Amino acid sequence: MAKITYVAHDGASTTVDVADGVSLMEGALQNGISGIDGDCGGNAACATCHVYVAEGWGDRTGSISELEEAMLDLADGRQANSRLACQIKASADLDGLVLNMPETQH
Amino acid sequence: MATQPNLAAAAPIKHTVPREQFEYTWPLPPRHRPDLPEYTAGSLSAYLATAPLDEVDIADPIYWENDCHWTYFKRLRDEAPIHFTHHNSNRHRGYWSVTRWADIMAVDTNHQVFSSDAHLGGITLFDMDQDFIMPMFIAMDQPKHDVQRKAVNPIVSGSNLAAFEELIRSRTQEVLDGLPRGEVFDWVDRVSIELTSRMLATLFDFPQEHRRKLTYWSDIATADPEVPGNLQKEERQAVLMGMLQEFMGLWNARVNDPEPKGDLISMLAHNPATRDMPPMEFMGNLVLLIVGGNDTTRNSISGGLKFLNDNPAEYAKLRANPELIESMVSEIIRYQTPLAHMRRTALEDTILGGQHIAKGDKIIMWYVSGNRDERAIENPDAFIIDRPRARQHMSFGFGIHRCVGNRLAELQLKILWEEIMKRFDNIEVVEAPERVPSAFVKGYKSLMVRIPA
Repeated sequence: MAKITYVAHDGASTTVDVADGVSLMEGALQNGISGIDGDCGGNAACATCHVYVAEGWGDRTGSISELEEAMLDLADGRQANSRLACQIKASADLDGLVLNMPETQH
Repeated sequence: MATQPNLAAAAPIKHTVPREQFEYTWPLPPRHRPDLPEYTAGSLSAYLATAPLDEVDIADPIYWENDCHWTYFKRLRDEAPIHFTHHNSNRHRGYWSVTRWADIMAVDTNHQVFSSDAHLGGITLFDMDQDFIMPMFIAMDQPKHDVQRKAVNPIVSGSNLAAFEELIRSRTQEVLDGLPRGEVFDWVDRVSIELTSRMLATLFDFPQEHRRKLTYWSDIATADPEVPGNLQKEERQAVLMGMLQEFMGLWNARVNDPEPKGDLISMLAHNPATRDMPPMEFMGNLVLLIVGGNDTTRNSISGGLKFLNDNPAEYAKLRANPELIESMVSEIIRYQTPLAHMRRTALEDTILGGQHIAKGDKIIMWYVSGNRDERAIENPDAFIIDRPRARQHMSFGFGIHRCVGNRLAELQLKILWEEIMKRFDNIEVVEAPERVPSAFVKGYKSLMVRIPA
């Protein structure tokens, strides 16, 4: 299990527990966190769970697949620390992770 | 002497006829249709319930005009989820139908193997006219697709949509306030087309007084020249050339602006990825943006009203709680699936759902079926405005070609329903709609309604 903090674009912050193996997109949807849409259900196929991973956590959130890279490349507000939350699975390693959300999901 | 079985003849042909070996003729060879005394929704549905799967060509517009394709797709999902249609292949070269959610997702997210390239036929079941290929970014592969898409993407980004919201709302109010009470009128013409054409004219900064031209071009671009009453192939091409000419005028007026304005034409004329497009490519991208911004939202606007009339309990739920509009909008888009399919062409031999797909094969992703797949969506044939996770539908497609205007479409529908619910307790659909005869654009020609006086 990991405590994950989701920070909306307006600064509103919510911290929830996400069970091991559950994606951080699912973690947001299950806890009713707005600002993460998850339209494709977790296939890196839509870029509506776009998040910015806090500095220093990049090594622990895993690598970016070719599809995720392609989808992020077409997303609004792409940054070096952009990820699709559906491609990051919760584990003890990620306990305390902070995810910032873009202005909108598109 | 006993007749020897001809193994070659008996083996089912399960690959698309290569373009190089196919004789493109116009008009197309006659279509084989089921041998029925008459074609009605009832007779066609009954036929599809038991017909051998291999003897059905679901591309036939007659099934769509009569809204009876559902039975066939349910059978394909259950019995042959990756199914090859040879029937009528002298018209369409043969195609694979992919009908389950998970298989469609697998194709849509594998753009390395499944190409959208216009020169291979493009993104619809029937190949683009070989003498009139219109490249457009939805019908391109990487890397060109990406740079052209990015050229227009900012117009539908979140921050830009916020700027549109007030305009969309005031127009919606104006259109709704002008509707008659106590008399029958066509919702498609007065509301669906009116709102989408105004929006589209704004996106292009096209003269509002001529906005119905955009509707006309959109209809012409997707109209099947074989359907009686539609323009013939050459006439259609001439109309699209006229469209190009008119837009070239706008392009020329804007290309030398010191800074690009915020409209789509200015964006295309100034972006290094698109400013040197050949004329046919400009035409292609115009068709993409016009059809993409017009037909789809239009038919979801019409469909939503029909679904609420067909499901009075849901309409009552909406009246009791207008907060449900947001999830209802997604449910309407799923239930309508305004584009029934997208097509790909295999760039190499591959295996899909246990079937051998050969290089060059045509693959149809039937979104209209994936959106009703019981394996992915609970109770998929029901229209439920507060469906949990209503956003998880495939009407926008998935992967790099996913609809770029999805959030604009949702915003238009959301505002429309907010304003409808402020004004009208009930809008009655008074007769069955007239549907578009097309296996691609799934929509309505007319929807007669009445608002009680």
